[in-house]
Amino acid sequence: MSSIELKNIVKKYGDGFPAVNDVSLDISDGEFMILVGPSGCGKSTLLRMIVGLEDITSGDLTIGDKRVNDLAPRDRNLAMVFQNYALYPHLTVFENIAFPLRLAKGKHSEEEIRQKVTDASRMLELDEHLERKPGNLSGGQRQRVAMGRAIVRDAEAFLFDEPLSNLDAKLRGQMRTEIARMQRRLGVTTVYVTHDQTEAMTLGDRVSVLKKGVLQQCASPRELYDQPVNLFVAGFIGSPPMNFLPAKVDGSTLKLPFVDVPVSGELATKVKDLDVVIVGLRPEYLKDATLGDQPQGAATFSAVVDQTEWLGNEQYAYIPFETDPSVQQQLDELDRELDGEGMRTQMVVNLDARSRVLEGDDAPLFFNPADMHVFDPNTGDNLTRDEDKAAQIARESEEQRKAALERAKARELREAQDASKAS
Amino acid sequence: MDTTMSGKVKTWLGVASAPIIIWTCIPLIWILSESLKSTSALGDPTQNTVGNFWPKDLTFDNYKLIFSGGAKDLFVPALWHSIVVCLCATVISVALAMFCAYAIARLEFPGKKLILTTALAVSFFPVIAMVTPMFNLWRMIGLFDTIPGLIIPYLSLTLPLSIWTMAAFFQQIPWEMEQAAQVDGATSWQAFRKVVAPLAAPGVFTTAIIAFFTAWNDFVFALNLTSSNARTVPAALAFFTGASQFVQPTGAICAAAVIVTIPVVILVLVFQKRIVAGLTSGAVKG
Repeated sequence: MSSIELKNIVKKYGDGFPAVNDVSLDISDGEFMILVGPSGCGKSTLLRMIVGLEDITSGDLTIGDKRVNDLAPRDRNLAMVFQNYALYPHLTVFENIAFPLRLAKGKHSEEEIRQKVTDASRMLELDEHLERKPGNLSGGQRQRVAMGRAIVRDAEAFLFDEPLSNLDAKLRGQMRTEIARMQRRLGVTTVYVTHDQTEAMTLGDRVSVLKKGVLQQCASPRELYDQPVNLFVAGFIGSPPMNFLPAKVDGSTLKLPFVDVPVSGELATKVKDLDVVIVGLRPEYLKDATLGDQPQGAATFSAVVDQTEWLGNEQYAYIPFETDPSVQQQLDELDRELDGEGMRTQMVVNLDARSRVLEGDDAPLFFNPADMHVFDPNTGDNLTRDEDKAAQIARESEEQRKAALERAKARELREAQDASKAS
Repeated sequence: MDTTMSGKVKTWLGVASAPIIIWTCIPLIWILSESLKSTSALGDPTQNTVGNFWPKDLTFDNYKLIFSGGAKDLFVPALWHSIVVCLCATVISVALAMFCAYAIARLEFPGKKLILTTALAVSFFPVIAMVTPMFNLWRMIGLFDTIPGLIIPYLSLTLPLSIWTMAAFFQQIPWEMEQAAQVDGATSWQAFRKVVAPLAAPGVFTTAIIAFFTAWNDFVFALNLTSSNARTVPAALAFFTGASQFVQPTGAICAAAVIVTIPVVILVLVFQKRIVAGLTSGAVKG
């Protein structure tokens, strides 16, 4: 178990196109790091460079305290779970899991191998499938065999390449929890690639958001959600995604499509020189005014609801609006970067399930201007990001992570003691 | 593809295939029946049933003739030569083609296309055009009428075939299997031996069988590049003679033909089980 350090990692292919460009990351011992981004952002390439299946064009990759740039995959002692599992079809489940142990010739006795494989299979509930061939297993079972092959070794770190993308939705949820539990229990440094932001948010101690090979932000899920650094991160994290509304700057007032919001202090000076800004509002920040509890200074307005979707626990309302042509291009580009479909411009509102707003209603809505993110349309930077708050969230997340690891270790110790007492 | 056929389609396919089966089987059965006829029965329809087809009295005289009788010195060594030459040619070509095909399927290197097209071009080349220059060359360098002198030209037939067949098989094995093996701690050679080779086994066996048949059935090389020390069965058959110059050696030739067919049948039956399609299923998501 080791820390992994990436320093100015660059990957250029033959045509000179940088698939990964100047990425620096510090993954500490026992941390669960997520690499996330839309397709083609270089996240898988980065993972394959860590494991050694792709050459590093420039930069330094350190595992533990050793620079491993030029080491072959087998000398890096990392375990990887592939997207399509890559199980060995001619071997039984037992032999698949034992494969890495058998390759380390002379290191493990036959007895030891059996012990380790059965330990792993018990943990993954594969005991009754040990003698079967991978071809006869279901998708979830194959996935678990692939994980078994990874955990059976004392690897420095686990690497996952979109391990759940081939499973159906229900199984994916279960396996996600399983992976989280396993990682905490084993306390192994883990790098996990996904394009699914739910996986990213739920699993990661920290999440690295990549766009076109460039690292955008690496932070805890909470910080990504509350304090995104730019438009891209703000649009990528959150479901349904953040609404982006054009706002004309008029002195110290932001003129949004539905409402005027006064701004003051630091933000007012920041937007002073801009004609138009992009305002980001998460769907859950907008609330139905008829249900009450409006805070002081809330921005209240009414808008015609085009469509509603009632899901039982919550309700989505869709409100179309006209965008400003001056920011339209920027928003279109963002949509493309986020693998969007270039759909109509509409605002999504996540209403309380009690709300009785219907299609065609002129619904009274409000939001707290303090929840609003304001972005510079030229650079995409978040003008409302609060560095102090972000640092505080980061500190708290780090403490929580350490506490969770400690707890897991203590539990492990306790269980070991109980087991020895029992025997 | 839809694997479940309706009963009607099945019946019709069965009916349609019957004439084809008969068409292909009759010559083979005929050879068998001829080999079981006595010399007199060969020219006398009254001693046969089903027209002139099946002998009334079965006799193994022809088999005795080729194994212990007058044709023994011609046939038995030829059978050994056939077996040795074809097995050697098959083993060598499969081994070489395995490495070549693996490189073609896995590695990017300059000249990859060239190798494939050259292999194809060689197999296009008519055998008869190569034989005369080769005859002269072989005589000069002392390879004429030797076992290696036959193995080498056979490689020119079997290698291109093997390379193409196996390259196709290797390309079907997912790259990730090997990468997984390497991450698990295998060297390139270990990954090949423990993961790729077992998965490629059906392909290797298929290739071996095709290569073996090609060599086994060759006539032109065997006829022209040998005289007595390395002559294989297909060529040797042409030198069979009857008991006198007025007797055709039909029975003996048919018996020999039956004998040389047996290894081919055995080979197919033995390896049929190993050529299991879809062995790779379950390797990746499915």
